[in-house]
Amino acid sequence: MYRYIIKRVLLVFPTLIGAATLVFIMMRLIPGDICLVRLGGGGTSFTAQALATCHAEIGINRPWVLQFLDFMWGLARLDLGNSMWSGKPVVMEIATRFPISLEIAIAATLISIAVAIPLGTISALKQNTWIDLAVRTFSIAGLATPSFWLGIMAILIVLDVTQAISGNPWMPPIDYVPLWQDPIRNLSIVMLPALTIGYRYAAVSMRMTRSAMLEVLREDYIRTARAKGLVRKLIINRHALKNAMLPVVTVIGIEFAFLMGGLVVTEQVFNINGVGRLMVLSVQNQDYTLTQALVMFVVTIVVMCNLVVDLLYAWLDPRIRLA
Amino acid sequence: MTIAAPSPSGIAALVDDNLAPRGIFAVIFSFLRRQPVGAIGITLVLIFGLAGVFANWLAPYNPTSNDFSAMTEAPSWAHWLGTDQLGRDLFSRILFGARTAFIVGLTAAFVGGVTGLVLGVGSAYFGGPVDLWLQRVLDIVMAFPLIIMALVVVSIFGTGLQNVILAITIPLIPRCARVVRSSALAIREVPYVDAARALGFGHIRIILRHMVPNVMGPFLVIITAFVGQAILAEAALSYLGLGVQEPVPAWGLMLQGGAEEYATTAPWIAVFPGLAIMLTVFGINLFGDSLRDELDPKLRDR
Repeated sequence: MYRYIIKRVLLVFPTLIGAATLVFIMMRLIPGDICLVRLGGGGTSFTAQALATCHAEIGINRPWVLQFLDFMWGLARLDLGNSMWSGKPVVMEIATRFPISLEIAIAATLISIAVAIPLGTISALKQNTWIDLAVRTFSIAGLATPSFWLGIMAILIVLDVTQAISGNPWMPPIDYVPLWQDPIRNLSIVMLPALTIGYRYAAVSMRMTRSAMLEVLREDYIRTARAKGLVRKLIINRHALKNAMLPVVTVIGIEFAFLMGGLVVTEQVFNINGVGRLMVLSVQNQDYTLTQALVMFVVTIVVMCNLVVDLLYAWLDPRIRLA
Repeated sequence: MTIAAPSPSGIAALVDDNLAPRGIFAVIFSFLRRQPVGAIGITLVLIFGLAGVFANWLAPYNPTSNDFSAMTEAPSWAHWLGTDQLGRDLFSRILFGARTAFIVGLTAAFVGGVTGLVLGVGSAYFGGPVDLWLQRVLDIVMAFPLIIMALVVVSIFGTGLQNVILAITIPLIPRCARVVRSSALAIREVPYVDAARALGFGHIRIILRHMVPNVMGPFLVIITAFVGQAILAEAALSYLGLGVQEPVPAWGLMLQGGAEEYATTAPWIAVFPGLAIMLTVFGINLFGDSLRDELDPKLRDR
């Protein structure tokens, strides 16, 4: 077991270093640089002198190798530097936008679990009935619906319904307040985006729950449990569901990681100033330090989720850790 | 379809033995009869696919020409699905949008899938350090946020159809390679691969003739899913302004700008392109599910 854990944990580092190298190179392949964006924004002309000063100020006139070593050394010390655009520490830039993105991601996860596990289980238990068919159609549709379009539709419906009820249309507020300060205002911002992302997410987990349950229900120990006259509810909850949860948890874990990267489009639809929009902005501004930090941030979340899932698997399934 | 000549690799035929000698139409027909849900899926895909292919003949209006005397008009006999804020006919734009969607979806899925197939089978076959390094590289690409990848590709090469396809294809490669590799690992241990090696066959021949045909099942299922994913990704990128550019008609692009601005007064601008995306991908997913059930005997009675 320890050997497996050590091996698995060590595998994290090449991925992180590789991702850091990739984003470093990719950013520098984009023609132009942040100084051009800064000085030339709005079509103003500027002197070569000003450009050189700007380059020297930020330090992007140095050789790539030096810049790269600097970046790596910074990563090793967990020092991500300052944003080239705003001059503020990168950590601060991310920290101000992270709470709302995280909250949407968590809310979407909770919604998807609340929907997926009961529906997936019922679907498996009532296999090939109209209930099963309805649940499966619902979940395949979830995979087929673009979340940004669902967002537009959700806004449209809310506008129409509030218009019909109260006479004036209601739109969710834009400025974020933490949950503990004003829960109603907070939830009215988070609810719609969480629902639109949660639907797709639920669709994925629902399919996994269904197929895992179907597999488990065919196992011998379920038949034994039935044969010895156990109550059906007990068999489903204690014997079947518990064992079927492993692949479901995996899917939820992996999807959660991708959610962070996938928020960009949803934040655009709902006009939310979160991490996703910051990403787009930082690439467009050619803000090397901020983009690098954001990519490393997302990649670390993905890698960590995968690590946890793998270790959980090894812990639960002796065939993996002993292989 | 000709009858396959009996050869040692006949065992590794693409389809089961009892399906191989029959004509292609018989195979398709029996698939549709056994998988009615798949038949519904393929019908949807065909409707939108053919709409895209024959858009030139089917579209009642030019998809890019503005008509300022008919802006944001509700669906009517003249404009079946209404017009957008520039007076362009939505029905015509959806037909041409189908073409864009299928070009992107099919190309990205095929190129990404085949590249992933080669890498996955190769990685499993050679094993050892090749496998280890290749897997690390694929891990990196997989952990990399798709939207950043797309943004950078677009920033380096510019927007446009080819670059959108490139941006969507890259993240598909590791996903396919992963799935194919795990199937191929099992096949590598099968005696006929050892036998082929003992007979002195070259690597390329063993990979192409003995390993690739045996991972065709999962491969076909995954590239079918890729078509749908690529269409969704294209829509999302175009919506963000990073994909296909005006005036090319694309579903994601149709949802940008006017669709949100006129959402309350002219909801049809936002509703129909989204429905088109949804129905197409829905059809592809239905077909993909049936294909998986058909190719995996364990799942056949589920």
